Amino acid sequence: MGRCTSTPERRPLPTSIVSETGNLTRELAGRVSAASAARTPLRIVGGDTKAFYGRAVDGDPLDVSGHAGVVDYEPSELVITARAGTRIEEIEALLAQRGQRLAFEPPILGPESTLGGVVAAGMAGPRRPFAGAVRDSVLGVTVLDGKGEALRFGGTVFKNVAGFDAFRLMAGGLGCLGVLLEVSLRVAPIPAAELSRSFDLPWRAAQARLTGLMRRPLPLSGGAYDSRRLHLRLSGPAGAVAAAATGLGGEATPAAFWDDLRHRRLGLLRTAPRLWRLSVPRTADLSDLPGPAIRDWAGAEVWLDSDAPAEAIRRLAAQAGGHATLYRGATAGEEVFTPLPPGLLALHRRVKAAFDPAGVFNPGRMYEGL
Amino acid sequence: MLDQFDIALDPTFAPVDRGRLIAALGEVLPASALVTKTEGMRVYESDGLAAYRGLPAVVALPRDKAEVRAVLKTCARLGVPVVARGAGTGLSGGALPSPGCVLLSLSRMSRILAIDPDARTARVQPGVRNLAISEAAAPYGLFYAPDPSSQLACSIGGNVAENAGGVHCLKYGLTVHNLQAMEIVTLDGEILTLGGEAPDAPGFDLMALMTGSEGLLAVVTEITVRLLPTPSHAQVMLAAFADVRHGGEAVAAIIAAGIIPAGLEMMDRLALTAAEAHTHAGYPTDAAAMLLCELDGDERDIAEELARVAAICETAGATQVRVARDDAERRLFWAGRKGAFPAMGRLAPDYYCIDGTIPRRRLPDVLEAIERLSAEHGLAVANVFHAGDGNLHPLILYDANEDDGIERAEALGGAILELCVAVGGTITGEHGVGREKINQMCGQFAAAEIETFFAIKAAFDPAGLLNPGKAIPTPARCIAHGAMHVHAGKAPFAHLDRF
Repeated sequence: MGRCTSTPERRPLPTSIVSETGNLTRELAGRVSAASAARTPLRIVGGDTKAFYGRAVDGDPLDVSGHAGVVDYEPSELVITARAGTRIEEIEALLAQRGQRLAFEPPILGPESTLGGVVAAGMAGPRRPFAGAVRDSVLGVTVLDGKGEALRFGGTVFKNVAGFDAFRLMAGGLGCLGVLLEVSLRVAPIPAAELSRSFDLPWRAAQARLTGLMRRPLPLSGGAYDSRRLHLRLSGPAGAVAAAATGLGGEATPAAFWDDLRHRRLGLLRTAPRLWRLSVPRTADLSDLPGPAIRDWAGAEVWLDSDAPAEAIRRLAAQAGGHATLYRGATAGEEVFTPLPPGLLALHRRVKAAFDPAGVFNPGRMYEGL
Repeated sequence: MLDQFDIALDPTFAPVDRGRLIAALGEVLPASALVTKTEGMRVYESDGLAAYRGLPAVVALPRDKAEVRAVLKTCARLGVPVVARGAGTGLSGGALPSPGCVLLSLSRMSRILAIDPDARTARVQPGVRNLAISEAAAPYGLFYAPDPSSQLACSIGGNVAENAGGVHCLKYGLTVHNLQAMEIVTLDGEILTLGGEAPDAPGFDLMALMTGSEGLLAVVTEITVRLLPTPSHAQVMLAAFADVRHGGEAVAAIIAAGIIPAGLEMMDRLALTAAEAHTHAGYPTDAAAMLLCELDGDERDIAEELARVAAICETAGATQVRVARDDAERRLFWAGRKGAFPAMGRLAPDYYCIDGTIPRRRLPDVLEAIERLSAEHGLAVANVFHAGDGNLHPLILYDANEDDGIERAEALGGAILELCVAVGGTITGEHGVGREKINQMCGQFAAAEIETFFAIKAAFDPAGLLNPGKAIPTPARCIAHGAMHVHAGKAPFAHLDRF
C-alpha cells in the first residue's frame, strides 16, 4: 500500500521572515519604466527553470529572483504571502512544517524555481482536476505595470469581490501583463491519509472506469495512465481513503510515481525531444494517438511524444474539444500555443495594453504581438 | 443616497431621444420583448437593495443571444448605456438602472440546455435559477456547489456577474471555481467563447476576469458549470459561547487543525435570538455567540471530525455543544440560519446588510470595534457571518420612516467597511460593489489601480456603456468622497507593506 502522511511536528516559524527589499523594488520599477520609455522589450526571469516554455523572447533579462522572502504566513488563515522571487521549494517546506501545502501541486523543474514563475506559468500537477488550477489558489498579487507602478489586486482573503479579478489573469499569463512582486496564495491542509492503487487495463477500459469513479463522492486526488496501467491516488480522512481503497482493489503504486509525474520526470515527459501537451475533455475519445502518451488529470491532460505535423495534432485536439500546446521542442518561430480566433486575439491585445501599453513584458512569449 | 447619479461624479452620456431609442429597438426585437410603460418598468427599478431606485428608458427582454447581440449593437450605435439584470436579487444595487439606460433582462433565457453526468457539467442559459441546476443534476447524484442564500430565486448569470458565494464556499469554492466555459457578447456584437470543455483554454484566463465583473465588461449568454458528486453524508454541530471572542478563537482553531468544514457559520446574541423567535430552531438564546459547523463526506470520518471539533470548541470555552439528532434537526439548524435575515423584521422595521471580509484572526477585535461603532452611531447591529471565510454580514437595524434613517445606516455601514479594509480585508466578500459600495472602493484601491480597472473595462467596452457608474468609481468621485487612498500623491511604493 502507498504511503500515509502523519501530522508533522509543530516547529515555530522563523522569526524574521520579512526582509527589507524596498530598494530592489524601486530598482525593478525604474528598469521597467525606463524600458517602457525606450520601448525596449524585457524578458522577465525568476529561476529560469522554464525558459524552454513558450515562444522565444528577445529582450533584456529582468531578474526578479532577488525579490524574495515570505511576507506573512498564518496557518489558521490558510494563506501565505511571499515575494515573487521566493523559491517554491522554500514555500513548500514552510507549509509542510504546519501540515499544509499548495492545493495545485505545481511541477518544480529545478531548485531555483520561484513562486512568481510558478504563478506566471500556471502549471498544475496531478491534483488539478480535484483541487483546482493555479488561478483558483491565487488570492491577490502586487505587480509592476508597464509604467513601473506597483499595483495591488485582490488581497489575502478568500472571499473578495471588490474590483476586477486582475490577479487571476496573472496565473498562466506568462509574464505578459506585469512583473509579479508579491503573491498571496490560499493553502490547503495536508490530508490525514494518502495512498495509491494501480490496475492493468487498456486505455478505453481505464477511461470508462475513471468516468464512473469521477461520478462518485470518492476522495480521489490523482488519476493517470501510463504504459497500460491506470494509477489512482486517494487523499483525505483515513476512513474515507481506506474504504475507497478497499472498494477499488488493484495493486500498490510506488509513491515516486506521482512525484515523477508531477515534476515531469516520468518516462517520455523527461525524454521526448518534441513533447506535446493536449488539454481535452476527459471523456473525449482520444485512443488513437500518433505516438506514445502519458495521460494525467483523469485523462484530460495528454502528454504526447510525436513528430506528427503540428496541424494534425492541433486538429486532433480540437476535434476532441480541446487544444494542444507544443510544450517542448518548438523550432524557431513555430507556434507553441493553439492560435486564438481573430476576435479573441484582438481582445487579448487590448487587455495586455491595459497593463503594458508599450508592450515591454515578455513580448511574443505567448503569441506574436502580445 | 447613491441612487441619484451625479453628472459631476459618474460617467455621463449625451441624452438620446427616447422615442428614437424605442423605435430602433423595435426594429430588432418583437413588441413583446420590450417594456416601455412606466407601470411595467416599475418591476425593474431596483434590485435586492430596494432603497435604491430609478427607472430605465426602456426594458428589453431578449429570448436568445441573437436578440442580446441586436440590443447591444443598437445601444452601441446610439450611445445608450446598458444595465444587464438577472433575477434582481443582488444586494449592492448592481442592477439599478442608470439614467436613460436600456435595462437588459436575461430572465427569458432560462433553459437548461444540457446536463452531461459523465463530464459532470451543466450547460445553461443565464436566466436559469441557481437551485434549478442542482435540482436537475440531483437524479445523477450530482450538485452545483455555490449556494447563495437567495439560491431559490437568483440566476446563474447574476451569480457569474457577482462571483457569488454561499455557506459552502469554504470547502467548495466561489462561482469562479465552479465554471467550465462561458459565451459572452461584447457591446460591439462580437460573440466569444471563454474557457471550454477542456480543463483550460489557450491565452489569458478571461473567463476568470469576466466572473465578478458586475456587468461592466460584456453580457454572458451561456454558461457551462461544473457539477460535483453529492456527499454521502452530512452532519451539523451547534456550539454556544458565553463570549463572542471564544467563538472566534474556536473558528481559527478548527481551521488550524486541518479541518475544512462544508459550512462554518456564526451568529451573535441579537441575531440568534431573533432567528430563534422566527424559526424555533432550538438555538441557545442565552449564548453570546453560536457556531454552526457542518461536515460532509464519509460517515465514520464525520463522526471522528465532529469529536475533534467538539473538543476544540470546548477548549475555546464553549458552554454547550450539540450535534443534530437526525436529518430533520440538521435542516432545522440551517433553517434558523437561513431565516436570520427575514427574522430581523422582529427587531426593527428595516435592516441594512453589510458584506465585508476580514482575516479570520481579526474576528474578535473587529466584532468589538463594530460594537463600539454601533454605540457611536446609535444603531443596533446584529452579526451573522460566514465565519470560516471571515465574511461578515453585520445587519444594521434602522427605521426608513425616520427622516435620516437610511443615511445613518449607510454612514455606519461605510464605517464598518472602512474598518474591514483597515484590518487587511475587503469591502465586499460576495455581494459585489455595485452602486452601494462605490465610494468605499476609493479606500480599498489606489488611484493607479482604479485607472487600470478602467483600462480593462475599455479593452472590452471602449465607450463605457455597460453598467456605468457601478463597481469602479471615477477619479472625480474618489476626490469628492475625500477618502482617496493614502497612496495617492505619496511615495510610489508606500502601499507595498499593507499586509
